[in-house]
Amino acid sequence: MSDSWDVVVVGAGIVGAACARECASRGLRTVVVEGSVVGGGATAAGMGHIVVMDDSPAQLALTRYSQDLWAHLAERLPANVEFETCGTLWVALDEEEMEEVRRKRAVYASAGVASEILDSDALEEAEPHLRRPMAGALLVRSDAVIYPPCAAAWLMEEAMRAGAVLSGPRRVVGVGAGRVRLDDRSELRGGRIVVACGAESAELLPEIPVRKRKGHLVITDRYPGLVRHQLVELGYLKSAHSLTADSVAFNVQPRKTGQVLIGSSRQFGDEGAAVRTEIVSAMLERAQFYLPEIGACSAIRTWTGFRAATPDKLPLIGRWPGDETVLLATGHEGLGITTSLATARLIADALTGATSEISTQPYLPARFFGERRVAGFEVDPPQQRSEVHA
Amino acid sequence: MREEMRPVLLTVNGRSVEVAEGTTVAAAVLISGAPTRRSVSGEARAPLCGMGICFECRVAIDGRPHQRSCQIVCAAGMDVRTL
Amino acid sequence: MFDHPSAGVVAAEKGNERLELRYGKLILATGARELFLPFPGWTLPGICGAGGLDAMARGGLPVSGKRVVVAGTGPLLLAVAAHVAARGAKVVAICEQAPLRSLIQFAGRMLGQPAKLAQGIRYRWAVRAPMYFGCWPVEARGDGALEKVTLRTRLRRWTVTCDFLACGFHLVPNTELAQLIGCRIEDGLVAVDEMQRTSVENVLCAGEPTGIGGVEMAVIEGQIAGLAAAGALNEAGKFVPRRRKMLGFVRALREAFVLDPELRRLASDATIVCRCEDVVYGDLRRYSGWRDAKLQTRCGMGPCQGRICGAAAEFLFGWCVEGVRPPAFPVLVASLATASTVSEEVQEGS
Repeated sequence: MSDSWDVVVVGAGIVGAACARECASRGLRTVVVEGSVVGGGATAAGMGHIVVMDDSPAQLALTRYSQDLWAHLAERLPANVEFETCGTLWVALDEEEMEEVRRKRAVYASAGVASEILDSDALEEAEPHLRRPMAGALLVRSDAVIYPPCAAAWLMEEAMRAGAVLSGPRRVVGVGAGRVRLDDRSELRGGRIVVACGAESAELLPEIPVRKRKGHLVITDRYPGLVRHQLVELGYLKSAHSLTADSVAFNVQPRKTGQVLIGSSRQFGDEGAAVRTEIVSAMLERAQFYLPEIGACSAIRTWTGFRAATPDKLPLIGRWPGDETVLLATGHEGLGITTSLATARLIADALTGATSEISTQPYLPARFFGERRVAGFEVDPPQQRSEVHA
Repeated sequence: MREEMRPVLLTVNGRSVEVAEGTTVAAAVLISGAPTRRSVSGEARAPLCGMGICFECRVAIDGRPHQRSCQIVCAAGMDVRTL
Repeated sequence: MFDHPSAGVVAAEKGNERLELRYGKLILATGARELFLPFPGWTLPGICGAGGLDAMARGGLPVSGKRVVVAGTGPLLLAVAAHVAARGAKVVAICEQAPLRSLIQFAGRMLGQPAKLAQGIRYRWAVRAPMYFGCWPVEARGDGALEKVTLRTRLRRWTVTCDFLACGFHLVPNTELAQLIGCRIEDGLVAVDEMQRTSVENVLCAGEPTGIGGVEMAVIEGQIAGLAAAGALNEAGKFVPRRRKMLGFVRALREAFVLDPELRRLASDATIVCRCEDVVYGDLRRYSGWRDAKLQTRCGMGPCQGRICGAAAEFLFGWCVEGVRPPAFPVLVASLATASTVSEEVQEGS
C-alpha cells in the first residue's frame, strides 16, 4: 500500500464511504481506514431516512441538496439498499399542530420542496391504521427510506471502483499534521485527513463539540401494508429540539420488507450500548397511541446507537482550524444518512478548490473553534469507546 | 399423551379439518396438505424444529399473523390461514 | 421470559399478557435446541429436526405408514427412530454422521451406564431399519415437498424415496437468557459452580445450557439447583458426586459425536442458510464475520433471531455469533411497551 495519500478518510460509515467515493471519483488518491465493518456504527443503527428537514434554513438547504443527490442515484442503487420513496406524513393531532403543518408547508414551498396538506379524511385514507380522529397531516412525497448498511457498502464499492482503498479493520488512535496513527503503531500519511467517524470523532479531536446522543429502535416482523408512509408526529420537533432532556417521539417507517421500524428516542449522558427497558417502553407507548394496532404486532429486535450531536444541530463539514491537514465530516446527529451525499460533495469541493452548489458557511467547523464551552452544551472530555449494535 | 377420539373441527385456509383433541395447529395444517408459510423468496415451508424456535411454522390464527403453530393446540372453530 | 429489566425482575409474556415476575432466586432451565446444518434442498417441507419430527408426531402429526429417514448425529437419532416406528412409521434408514469406530468406543464407555446402554439397544431393536455410520444426507429433492434424499457414506452415494427426513446434528444449548442477564459464558456454555450458581448473584442454571449431558444429568442438576436456591446447600451437596460421576458420560458424548469437518462442505452457494430471510451460503461466505454478514445480507435478522442460522454459521464459518438484546424472543409490541402491568411475587421462574 502506498505510504502517502492525497486523502485519508477515517471511518467507513455512510458519510466516510460517500466522501471516499466523491474524492476518488475526482481523481484523489484516497484511503479509508475502518476499525470495524463498513457501515457498522451509527449507519447501521439509524432508521435510514432520506428526508427534508427545516429546523433551520441551513438544515433545509443541506437536506434538500442531499435528497436531490439521492434521487439522482436511486436508479443505480442495488436492490439490497431498499430505496423506496414512501414519502413522509407529518401527522397533526389537533388544530394547533395543523398550524404547524401550514407553517411547514410554506417553509418547504419557499425552498422549492413540494408538499401537500391532507385533511382528516384524506389522512385516514392514506393511513387507515392511524388513530382516529387526527386533524390532518403534511405529506412530503419526495422523502424516502433506505437500508443504510448496504447503502454504505455500495458507496464504498463505488469508491473502490474509482480507485479508493479500504484499509481495516484498523483502529485509528490519533490524527494530525498529515498523519493518521493506528493502534498497531503504524501510520498513514495523507495530504488531508477527513475525520468521519461520527460520535467517536471527539475521541480523536477532543476539542470538537460532538456529543453522543443515544437512540433506541424496535423492528417488527413483516406486516405489509400496515404503514404506507414514514409517519412522524409534529411533537417530534419539540422533543428533537431539546438538548437536555431524554425524549421519545412517534416516528415509524414502512420497510421494503413489510417490517415496521419504530422510533425514536434521544438521550444524552447514557453512553452504554444496553437497551433501556424504560426508554423502549415509553417509545412504544407513544407508537401505540398513534398506531393502536402496532401493539398486536410481533417485535423481533431492539437496538441502540449513538448520534453525533452538535450544539447548533448542524453538522461539522469542512476544514478544522485546529490543524490545517484535518477536515471534519461529522456531527450529523439524526441526518447522517440523508446528508451523507451532500457532505461528500462539500468535502470534495473543499479538497479540490471547487465551488460548492450550496453555501458551506453554516457547516464550517470554524464556527466552534476556540470555544471550550458552548452555551447549554458542555464539551466533555474524550469519551469511552462504546459499541454500536445493529 | 392421551389421544382421545373427541374430534376438534377447525378450518385451514377455509377448508374444514378434523383432528384429534390435543393436536397442534402445525399438525392440523400439515394434515390439510398445506405448507405453513411461503418464505420471503416464495418457497413453501413447513415446521423444522417442532419446539417454537425456528418460526417456520408461523400461520395466522383467527386473523392474527405470525403465530407459532407448533406451540398452539387446536381449538374448535379456529380459523387458520397459512402465510 | 424475554427480558431481565433489572436485578430480581424478569419480564415474560403469557398469551397476550405481559408478566413481570420478581424473584429471590432465578433458575434458568432453558434446555437446548437441535443444530441444523444446511444442505441442498433442506428447506423442503417434509424435512425437519430429528427431535422436531418426534415433537410433531407427539403433537398429532400422523406418521403411520410414512417412509422416514432419520439422520444427523447423537443418541437422539435412535430414540426418534424408535418413537416414530412405534407410531407406525416405516423407518427406511438411520444415518449417523459419526464413524462406527466412535460409536463402538462410546458403547464401551457406556458399560458403566448399563441403563443407558440397554435403552440404546432397546431402541435399536425396535427399529428394523438399516443404520449407516459416517453417513449423512447430501441433497433432498421434491416438487413442493420432500420426495427423495440422497445419502452418502465414504464409499457410496444412493437415493431413497421418503416422506420425512428427520435430521438434527445434535444440540445447541439455549444460553440466550443467561447472556441477556449477563451470566458468564465459557466455551458456549453457562459457567456455573458446583451448586449450579452462575456468575450473577441469585441466578442459577441447570441442564443443557451448562453442558449437553442428557436427561439424567439435567435431572441431577435441577435437583442441585432447586435445593441450592432454597438454601439447602448440604442437601444439594449430596447430589454433587452423582453429577461428577456423570461427567464422564458428558465427555464421551461430546467426543463420540464430534462433527465431521466434511459437513462444512454440505452447502452449495445456492443453499439457503438463513431460513427467515432466505440468505444463501454463497452470499455469506464473502464476509469475514457474523456482524458484517448480518448487516449486509440480513442473515439472522428474522424472527428466529439467528437461533437456527447463527448456530449453523458458527460451525460453517467459525464465526462468533453474539449480541443478545431484549426481547430474547419475539413478543408483542404491547408487551415491550408496558413497563409493568402484572406483578407477582415468586421464588423461581424461567
